Amino acid sequence: MADKIRTLDQLRKIREETRKKMSIREGKYRFKITIPMGTSGIVMGAREVMKAFLDAIEEHGLTDVVVTQTGFMGSRNIQPVAIVEDDQGNKVTYGNLTPEKAKEIVERHIIKGEKVQSYLVLTPLE
Amino acid sequence: MMEELSLHIMDVLQNSLAAGARNVELEIEEDVERDRLVIRVKDDGKGMSPEELKRVQDPFYTTKRSIGVGLGIPMFKWVAEHCGGSFRMESEQGKGTMLEAVMRLSHIDRPPMGDLVDTLLGMVVSSPQVRFVIRYKSGKGEFVFDSREVKEILGDVPLSSAEVVGFLKEYFAENLGAVMEAA
Repeated sequence: MADKIRTLDQLRKIREETRKKMSIREGKYRFKITIPMGTSGIVMGAREVMKAFLDAIEEHGLTDVVVTQTGFMGSRNIQPVAIVEDDQGNKVTYGNLTPEKAKEIVERHIIKGEKVQSYLVLTPLE
Repeated sequence: MMEELSLHIMDVLQNSLAAGARNVELEIEEDVERDRLVIRVKDDGKGMSPEELKRVQDPFYTTKRSIGVGLGIPMFKWVAEHCGGSFRMESEQGKGTMLEAVMRLSHIDRPPMGDLVDTLLGMVVSSPQVRFVIRYKSGKGEFVFDSREVKEILGDVPLSSAEVVGFLKEYFAENLGAVMEAA
């Protein structure tokens, strides 16, 4: 293990750099993305959708988006699902997601502030 | 069905989170010589009564509503037992739950480990309130990860910020990749 390339220590530099960007908006997040990861979500591809969100966040250098998960939510036939909430508490639910759709949600909803109407689901969540 | 062991692992970890665990330990051991793969998860969640414990493992009695666990456990149990191994769970109310799945590494039906890096990255990043300790052991060495170390370094910087995600992805890929053998 002595020759490993990355060590956790390198995170210290990343912390300082990210902090500088964060201080502009006082450490608050602008969006929270919640992904239900119950068994049905996982079977339907929630992991790949979560990865796509994380990849898009990385690709666009976002520091003000929090990705979180929860257990089973909503009906099985709309999985994978993502709930996007802004810092004003406005919440929408996207369903039947794919990695491509997740990327599009980041690019349109998170970055440009426009909801992706065609992926919205109205099914009430539990 | 779940085609990768890492998806079963994700499902089990999710159960631990649903049980309110603050500490979750995942241990994976590949033993090529003895032809064994062991996957063990321990949590300090709310635990289950002996009756609930029996029920979560039974595909015909499990219902989502009563205890919050779906068919994930029966599926994982079936995979382990079908692949020349065993499956056991222990739980105590108020203390936590332990799950252990053993299978033959060389069994023809053993699902591949699959994308463990994405699985662990997703779990660790999306549940910053939980301490994950991950151990992966094989003939090539051992990888140990403790999410508390990461949080101590990061302080108030969120785990899901761009550069942290990028770093952790590479970190897992390199260090886990270095010890993953037959999976």
